[in-house]
Amino acid sequence: MTSAAPRSELIGVLRSKSFWSAFLIGIALMAGVDEIVFHQLLGWHHFYDKATSDVGLLSDGLLHAGELVALVAGFFLLADARRRGAFSTRAAWAGLFVGSGLFQLWDGIIDHKVLGVHQIRYDVEIRPYDLAWNAAGLALLAVGAGLTVLAARRPAG
Amino acid sequence: MPSLLLPLALAAALILAAGVYLAAAARPRTGRNLWPAHRSLLWLLGLATIAAAGLGPLADAAHERFPAHVAAHLLAGMLAPLLIVLSAPGTLALRTLDVSRARRLSRLLNSGCLRFLTDPAPAAVLNIGSLWVLYATPASRVMQADGLHYLLLGHFFVAGYLFTVSIIGIDPAPHRRSFQLRLAVLVLAIAAHSILAKHIAGHPPARMPAAAAEQGAMLMYYGGDLLEIILVALFCAQWYRASRPAAAQLDRRAMTT
Repeated sequence: MTSAAPRSELIGVLRSKSFWSAFLIGIALMAGVDEIVFHQLLGWHHFYDKATSDVGLLSDGLLHAGELVALVAGFFLLADARRRGAFSTRAAWAGLFVGSGLFQLWDGIIDHKVLGVHQIRYDVEIRPYDLAWNAAGLALLAVGAGLTVLAARRPAG
Repeated sequence: MPSLLLPLALAAALILAAGVYLAAAARPRTGRNLWPAHRSLLWLLGLATIAAAGLGPLADAAHERFPAHVAAHLLAGMLAPLLIVLSAPGTLALRTLDVSRARRLSRLLNSGCLRFLTDPAPAAVLNIGSLWVLYATPASRVMQADGLHYLLLGHFFVAGYLFTVSIIGIDPAPHRRSFQLRLAVLVLAIAAHSILAKHIAGHPPARMPAAAAEQGAMLMYYGGDLLEIILVALFCAQWYRASRPAAAQLDRRAMTT
């Protein structure tokens, strides 16, 4: 087992354009999966939940706008990193997973539970769904953290 | 008989607008490039979009059914302004008019009132704010009135145009705001639009069936998303071009003024 990545390398990855551009794409990707799979295909999520508080509605709208912009801006920022010769595939993959994991956790804990924007599914025992949802988020985040460390150890490529 | 007079007036105005633009675009200019054909096409598509919103079957249905009403608004207030802004009518006017008239036009465009109205924040408040007033207050009752329908479509086209031009305008504007400010306003405007859509789903305007309200709200939400993604992509493309490494210094003025 080799030693952990040096601190300065780790900070380098976390400050790189590749990481943050892909982070934005990761957020938007997860939001897209949420929208397409759970809202449209499965029809589990509701467009509007009567239990939603005003704060929930406000935060949902802001997050939605952020996702929409993140999706497009993320790709432009990645292209910008590329043309400046600052693109790192490893850092980008790390950012993608960290972004998607954090979004999934935010959605599972803050949106579904704290603000009650909507639930994962209705008329079922919700606990197992919540657990699976947040475990998936945690797993994505863990993969992202691992990739970040890997990117810091072998920054080239 | 207002139900025939107003559509005829609108049709005449649109045909006139198409003719004037095409005549200006076709005018031979010595020593200058031809006016790009795709801009003329965008102008025509923009006018056709206004026609689709204000004339014909959709306009008729818009009186009866809320989803059709929302569709007309998406066309007149978002798609048409986008197409018209990209057709750069201001640029065409400035290069077609003689010097003294062009100067008068650019003075008008620089006047305090228009500067204010094409500033991102006031333009966004006007655009989204009037939607909120219309759908989330008792004002929603005026939607059904016949003459007011045209007035509203006209209002939403103008408000949509001012907002779109404040974010991605390509006509000369010496007072263009920074990319950061425009991005912030854009995010807030998109948020306000989607929040209003969900608010309508939860609180249908007076005397509107809940099912129609939800259908219309979903069309407003997802239709708005589609057009907003195009707007964001155009905005990002402008940023991408302006911040290219070699030209960064050259474009810095345009970015910060």
